Amino acid sequence: MTELLKVQDLKTQFLTRDGTVHAVNGVSFNLNPGETLGIVGESGCGKSVSVMSILRLIQSPPGKVVGGKAIFDQKDLMQMSNEEIRQVRGSKISMIFQDPMTSFNPVLTIGRQITEPLEEHMGMSIKEARKHAVEMLKIVGIPNPSDRMNDYPHHFSGGMRQRVMIAMALTCNPQILIADEPTTALDVTIQAQILELVKHLRDTLGMAIIWITHDLGIIAGLADRVAVMYAGYIIEEALVKEFYKNFQHPYSLGLLGSLPRVDLNDRHKLVPIEGLPPVLYEDPSYCPFASRCRFKLERCSIEKPNLLPSSLEHRVACWVDPKTGRERQ
Amino acid sequence: MTSSDDVLLHVEKLVKYFPIMRGIIFQKQVGFVHAVDNISFDIHRGETLGLVGESGCGKSTTGRAILQLQKPTSGQVIFEGVDLVTLKPRELRKMRRKMQMIFQDPYASLNPRMTIGEIIGEPLRLHGLANRKESDEQVVVLLMLVGLNPAYANRFPHEFSGGQRQRIGVARSLSLNPSLIVCDEPISALDVSIQAQVVNLLEELQQKFNLAYLFIAHDLSMVRHISTRVAVMYLGWIVELAPRDELFSHPLHPYTQALLSAVPIPDPEAEENRKRIILEGDVPSPVNPPSGCRFRTRCPVAKKDCQEQVPEYREITSGHFVACHFAG
Repeated sequence: MTELLKVQDLKTQFLTRDGTVHAVNGVSFNLNPGETLGIVGESGCGKSVSVMSILRLIQSPPGKVVGGKAIFDQKDLMQMSNEEIRQVRGSKISMIFQDPMTSFNPVLTIGRQITEPLEEHMGMSIKEARKHAVEMLKIVGIPNPSDRMNDYPHHFSGGMRQRVMIAMALTCNPQILIADEPTTALDVTIQAQILELVKHLRDTLGMAIIWITHDLGIIAGLADRVAVMYAGYIIEEALVKEFYKNFQHPYSLGLLGSLPRVDLNDRHKLVPIEGLPPVLYEDPSYCPFASRCRFKLERCSIEKPNLLPSSLEHRVACWVDPKTGRERQ
Repeated sequence: MTSSDDVLLHVEKLVKYFPIMRGIIFQKQVGFVHAVDNISFDIHRGETLGLVGESGCGKSTTGRAILQLQKPTSGQVIFEGVDLVTLKPRELRKMRRKMQMIFQDPYASLNPRMTIGEIIGEPLRLHGLANRKESDEQVVVLLMLVGLNPAYANRFPHEFSGGQRQRIGVARSLSLNPSLIVCDEPISALDVSIQAQVVNLLEELQQKFNLAYLFIAHDLSMVRHISTRVAVMYLGWIVELAPRDELFSHPLHPYTQALLSAVPIPDPEAEENRKRIILEGDVPSPVNPPSGCRFRTRCPVAKKDCQEQVPEYREITSGHFVACHFAG
């Protein structure tokens, strides 16, 4: 299978007054056509910075992509000129954000904001673009779309605004949709509406999705493959069904252990991960999870494990096999 | 279940409306936000009542109205046999020792200019229960209790992470030895791995001191984990209240059913086989709540009756209350 997007050894750092923050430390993954990849991790683990780096949306200074490639359409997005990358953003790869209020321009009507990429990227006339935009709003389930074109973002509720944002992102028929926690700010019943909508659109339009979230429940219902990030690294990656059955990294174990289940009737004590996530002022030469790990061995605080295949379609970066507590063979 | 003399808090027909004013100089009242409308429930000693609902349903207002941080419009809040609504400020202040609050935002709820020792010790000194030296000793005990190093007492809030700050908030609420703590979304600002740490701490403290919690949250899986009984709110009403396992295994109100089916489960196979009830539209405005049943505009089983008749909040089986014409 030829991959649609191939990210290799991506590294992003931020220069701050207190030192260099190593936000992303060599992230590599592939995205196949039509596939949904879920990226999971806690705040500050580098999941947003990774995808923002791919689209070159990191503000510089203070941020800088210091290494790596992102091959899309046989070209490296990292090497493109500003003009070239502008042609990719919003048209071939588009993005939806967590906060639907702050990601719109409050003084332009949503009609203007949806038609802009159409005129910009597809060379449509204003009239064509408006027609297409109304069509898109209808697809994402906005009632009376042609009237609502003249409304401003603050006229919409949170869930409706997220629908408009999805319409805007999909209007140029992108090959990849990047979703950065788009349902985190929404209530569960509205979140369920948006997830249903995205699944439906994915099946009809056939785009690939990178879905960033901290909610392992959303990933289970939506993604084909999952990558878990910690401290700027992907520490485990697998097909979704394989992952939930056979997760191997102690951090994945910890994440799932600290989640209660709404559908089960057991009252076991939650098993939290002790300690705190590391501050990334340095890129450690040992396993970044070692200080919080229950299975820590001597080797863990000396040498950093690489992300290596443990079985077919399953990669993990850990020296220990949590089933035996001994070093992996 | 527990006998009636175990009731720590009894809330009867609690109502809280917020007036909407128009005009700058000649202000005129033009309407009300019906934040909490006629709700009744009990909390027993040592139990956790989970209060769930979506944003704007009135769950935080309920918590604040119980503590009299916002004066209820009408209704009674009877705590240890005393109606708090009618108390004078001085008497109320005495009662406040026994009921404390933990807030959602661990960043905004701690004074950035006070050391955490001062923050935790302040309630003791304000209530005249300890002098400086005694309160310092008490702070050490409290910090150890919530799992923080007592040597941190001289540090400022910004030196701590979110989870640690929430522990500081817990220590502060415990300093007066309360019998009820209102936890207003205490974990929703925290990361998953840290949430479990704080929830485990709350459970340990509950067992140690026989605390009662009103646990306000929108995360249903966490509520199922921590609660003894659960109340579901929608647009200012309690639509269903039941013991935890009863509510989660036999939800009777269509809103509860939809809410439960909307929570993602971290198991791909369970996700595939689930029947999801997707609610249409958004929550209506609490300024003009729908007539009759407030849920009828989004209800998948609503009939014509629901438009006219307010559903009675009634007990279907022992301890299981529902406000729906068709339940039971």
